[in-house]
Amino acid sequence: MATSLELRTQPGTPVKHRRPGPPRRPRLSHVDVKYSPYLYIAPFFVLFAVFGAYPLVYTFWVSLHEWDLLAQEHPFVGLANYSALMSDSDFWNSVYNTLGIFVISTVPQLLLALWLANLLNRQLRARTFFRMGVLIPNITSTAAVAIVFGQLFSRDFGLINWALGLVGVGPIDWNASKLGSWIAISTMVDWRWTGYNALIFLAAMQAIPRDLYESASIDGARPARQFWSITVPMLRPTIIFCVIISTIGGLQLFTEPLLFNSGTNSIRGGPLRESQTMTMYMFENAFAPNYNFGYGAAVAWMLFALIVVVAIVNVLIIRRAARSS
Amino acid sequence: MHVNSRGRRIAAVAVAVTTATLLAACGGDDGDSGSGDGPITLTVDVFGQFGYDDLYKQYEASHPNVKIVERGTGSNLDEYSPKLTQWLAAGKGAGDIVAIEEGLLVEYKANPGNFVNLLDHGAGELKSNFMEWKWSQGLTPDGKQLVGLGTDVGGMAMCYRKDLFEKAGLPTDREEVSKLWPTWQDYIKVGEQFKAKNTGAAFLDAATNTFNTIVLQEGGATGGYHYYDTSNNLVVDSNPAVKKAWDTTMDIIDSGLSGKYQAWSDDWVAAFKQAKFATIACPAWMTGVIEGNAGAGASGKWDIATVPGNGGNWGGSFLAVPKQSKHQAEAIELAKFLTSVQGQIGAFKAKGPLPSSPQALDDPAITGATSAYFSGAPTGKIFGAGAKSLKPVYMGPKNQAVRTEVENAVRTVELGQRSPTDGWTDAVNNAKKAADK
Repeated sequence: MATSLELRTQPGTPVKHRRPGPPRRPRLSHVDVKYSPYLYIAPFFVLFAVFGAYPLVYTFWVSLHEWDLLAQEHPFVGLANYSALMSDSDFWNSVYNTLGIFVISTVPQLLLALWLANLLNRQLRARTFFRMGVLIPNITSTAAVAIVFGQLFSRDFGLINWALGLVGVGPIDWNASKLGSWIAISTMVDWRWTGYNALIFLAAMQAIPRDLYESASIDGARPARQFWSITVPMLRPTIIFCVIISTIGGLQLFTEPLLFNSGTNSIRGGPLRESQTMTMYMFENAFAPNYNFGYGAAVAWMLFALIVVVAIVNVLIIRRAARSS
Repeated sequence: MHVNSRGRRIAAVAVAVTTATLLAACGGDDGDSGSGDGPITLTVDVFGQFGYDDLYKQYEASHPNVKIVERGTGSNLDEYSPKLTQWLAAGKGAGDIVAIEEGLLVEYKANPGNFVNLLDHGAGELKSNFMEWKWSQGLTPDGKQLVGLGTDVGGMAMCYRKDLFEKAGLPTDREEVSKLWPTWQDYIKVGEQFKAKNTGAAFLDAATNTFNTIVLQEGGATGGYHYYDTSNNLVVDSNPAVKKAWDTTMDIIDSGLSGKYQAWSDDWVAAFKQAKFATIACPAWMTGVIEGNAGAGASGKWDIATVPGNGGNWGGSFLAVPKQSKHQAEAIELAKFLTSVQGQIGAFKAKGPLPSSPQALDDPAITGATSAYFSGAPTGKIFGAGAKSLKPVYMGPKNQAVRTEVENAVRTVELGQRSPTDGWTDAVNNAKKAADK
């Protein structure tokens, strides 16, 4: 088939040649091409600098001081807050709780989300209804969720202890036992975030080419085998994304455990700090009842460091797991 | 579509309202800072129930240029105090008048620069309107600055449910009930009788509330201090008053009388509604809490007897004017009005906080006051009786943090997580740690 270029270069047809050399453009457009992308992304970085980086640096500055929230003087103490933190058993307890709740909430949550997404990816009636439905828990307010679940897990008046009583299990004081409070709080977290992750997984699943599954079925692979050998490896980047997001959210857990422990000093997370997370410990120190802003800021920085470490570890694990499967 | 356009209009209104609120919040009260002839708005920050609504109306009627807004009604102290501290630290956000509970006042007094010195504004002449000790609590240690004017004091009593007492075959008349328990050991004996009848309810709500009552009684009766001595040394482990209160509380726990509810928790509130305990240590302000939690359905089922042991004081607040207020002069005037003899009587009538003013306590409006909710109990007489002879308890710099640790140790024993001996070790160690922070 003849292209227009060939047509034009037919012998006998006059051809108008362009002048050699690069096309001339106005100087302004050169500047435009070179710099305007930076301008377009600038709002994010400006906002980040103001609301992200500056508080981060300022928090670090605060953590180097003995900073009574109400005092006029804030003497510089160097790393004293950090060294005190290292030998603070209540701090390590909060780290332990945070990681514990994170693990028992996030692992089942992501597996459940994966399974849900896989179900939603099939031919269902009223697909959109179900797909939207899984997101509903996520748009309810955390406080409302925590209050409802707090009542479900109430020692004397809760539905769960009542049901356990029917099968002959004595009432469990969910607030005053470590595992009990962890489970109760993880349930709230899972209820809220499973659907959200499922939708992200679903979106990624739909981008997987159908013919992969078709050829797999022709080769005789059953759905379960297809799921583990095609779906999961193809979802690897999405899973990494969800793990990082869950890590950040999970390690900053605050509202659910706080509202789960109602009453005086709920910030302690139970009589023996059974479910006190790092953010709660930070708040307890920075605000009531200690008002020690410097110490609270040091906890905040340790939390930041922990999130970075855990996120990196997670990514490494998932990369390896996905590669080996 | 019909619904759609209406929905859109609602959304538009919502956005407009939100924006307006945000703008108003950001702008603070700059709009009315011109102290000229325009009306000004005074914001009063409180927690719990102060009973000021009628007083505001009176004041607004006599001061047409003033509008009063109250924030924080019904919120508990745990929610309120961090907010107040942040406002003070930020230099912005606090009301023109802020309420401060006595246990926290010591911490705020340590940095009096955050507050207007009321002595500079003629508050000195009001001294005789307040009980001696209540007045001095509002002063900085050097006596040069008056940080807050006293509102109420927490005279003690013991509230009980008549219906549960009847079920257990105990007397229900308040005179007779008071005679049952001159001491805490007697109280335990009554509790054991109550428990033997299996009413399905516990004898008391929470050991922490009882402990706090006893430690304030013991502290008041002995040296006038509990966790800190008057030179601000932490004496949790060496003050016999604290140990005695601890041991008495351990006896109560040991007898299995407590319902083990965490004070102020959702379960605690539910237990009021479902009549799950028969008695509760009852400072004057607690009557309002009981009424709120147990609800109108329990009206006439509660009554008030005297507290076992000596009299004592638990709680009570002050009104202060933060320096950041843009209407200091007007705020001081209002604070003076609310804490005046008439103001304190008005608050007592509305929500039950017991006046800190001797003149108010002598007023027939108080001495003759009864409460229909509490079976017509003469609340003014019961709470007012010991109030003027109250021996206050001195509170040291980290009082709130230390109190939290000791009460928490009580709770771990109550829940069976610690033995009384280990609980005491925890109480002392953790209190020391908290005091150092």
